[in-house]
Amino acid sequence: MTKSKRTPLYEEHLRNGAKMVDFAGWEMPIQYSSIIKEHRQVREFAGLFDVSHMGEIEIVGSDAISFADYLVTNYVNKLKNGQICYTPMCNKKGGIIDDFLVYRMANNKVLFVVNASNTDKDFKWIKNQKGKFDVEINNKSDEIAQLALQGPMAQELLSTISQIDLETVDFYHFTQGRVSGIETLLSRTGYTGEDGFELYVDREAAIPLWRKILEIGNEKEILPAGLGARDTLRFEASYMLYGNDLNETITPLEAPLKWTVKFEKDFIGKKALLEQKEKGITRKLRGLEIKDKAIPRHEHKVYLNNKVIGWISSGMFAPTLKKSLAFAYIDKGSAKTGTNVEVEIRKKKVKAEIVKLPFYRGSVKN
Amino acid sequence: MIKYSKSHEWVKKEGEIGVIGITDYAQDQLGDIVYVELPEAGNEINKGEMLCTVESVKAASDIYSPITGEIIEVNEDLEDSPEIINEDAEGKGWICKVKLSDEAELDKLMNKEEYDEFCEKEG
Repeated sequence: MTKSKRTPLYEEHLRNGAKMVDFAGWEMPIQYSSIIKEHRQVREFAGLFDVSHMGEIEIVGSDAISFADYLVTNYVNKLKNGQICYTPMCNKKGGIIDDFLVYRMANNKVLFVVNASNTDKDFKWIKNQKGKFDVEINNKSDEIAQLALQGPMAQELLSTISQIDLETVDFYHFTQGRVSGIETLLSRTGYTGEDGFELYVDREAAIPLWRKILEIGNEKEILPAGLGARDTLRFEASYMLYGNDLNETITPLEAPLKWTVKFEKDFIGKKALLEQKEKGITRKLRGLEIKDKAIPRHEHKVYLNNKVIGWISSGMFAPTLKKSLAFAYIDKGSAKTGTNVEVEIRKKKVKAEIVKLPFYRGSVKN
Repeated sequence: MIKYSKSHEWVKKEGEIGVIGITDYAQDQLGDIVYVELPEAGNEINKGEMLCTVESVKAASDIYSPITGEIIEVNEDLEDSPEIINEDAEGKGWICKVKLSDEAELDKLMNKEEYDEFCEKEG
């Protein structure tokens, strides 16, 4: 086994009393005090996350936009410079290799911000697809640190140290400028369901920026938040987590990502996805609300009339909604909202109902 | 006198009764506890057998009985307020009371000092 990687903020996390865990080969803070407390902090005020483990892959060259468009299912050529889209990247069978954000930097440059667990795989895949495209592909992951300030107070707090006018940065847009004097790429994006920003800086600038942001507000207004809360927040907001809800055998049409697939353009996996669209999908990701006191977890089975009709991809106790909820891939014929099903949790079957997604809508400005 | 098991349960002897819970170290490791699947009063439990399951935000964890005997009472407060375990694991967060079948079992468990040392090594 290779040694775990550390972000430039590792020592800061220890200083802040974080409990560290291995996540995709990274030593990351899962929590500082309590997942539920940090979850509420982000829903009600603001929380600061270190997400420097995320990968950044840059594509530069005269074919950067057309190459990106060939790699991913969503439109890159329809983005303006300074705009961002969320997209899956599929293999030839339409299975999802990764899901990520595409930043359109310029007419000859895009940046993919990818899952930490997939960075190396993505980089290799992208290089192998290059063919005759006039592009250069660079893995910038080791040079860039990423912080996420999330919560309804994020803008109010950050504006006190930002030289960028945050009001001018729309949802899923970014700009480059200074925050507390530090050169930053700042986007109004996130993974929590709340309004907020993601800030990309040089690795060396991570500690000063982290400290400065935590100093903006008092303890009620801003606190560091760990990966535990990041997971519960994204789950309530019904964002997919790669490895749990998405993998290379699941297509965007089965996941709730049909809106990201643009059949009007050419891209890897299009043929398979078109075929699936015409034949009709056989399973679909749906929300489940557990009626009994039990918590479904990844890979637990879902039953209807004693027949397995699906499996849980993510399940947990949702701290804001105070309910036990899950995402599950359910056979199409049984997937109607309101259907009463059962989930097998440690050899016991508990009652559940298929419900609509998202579970929760926060302050996010979409 | 409180005794501790290697699987991070505690038992406090009160006459013929042993009060069982999970240790403060265990609750800290588990994080926020959101649900406790309580054992049933009236059941017999053997030392080392699974007693109940505690669900934290992160995962489900099985709790093992540090002693043998009949379960005579369970802490029903945990049903609606499982967070009591996080707040006071070795007090108000007790899980159940067991009528001790074999008091000698307690001698084989660790005392506070031994347990703290054990946790330090494990951590």
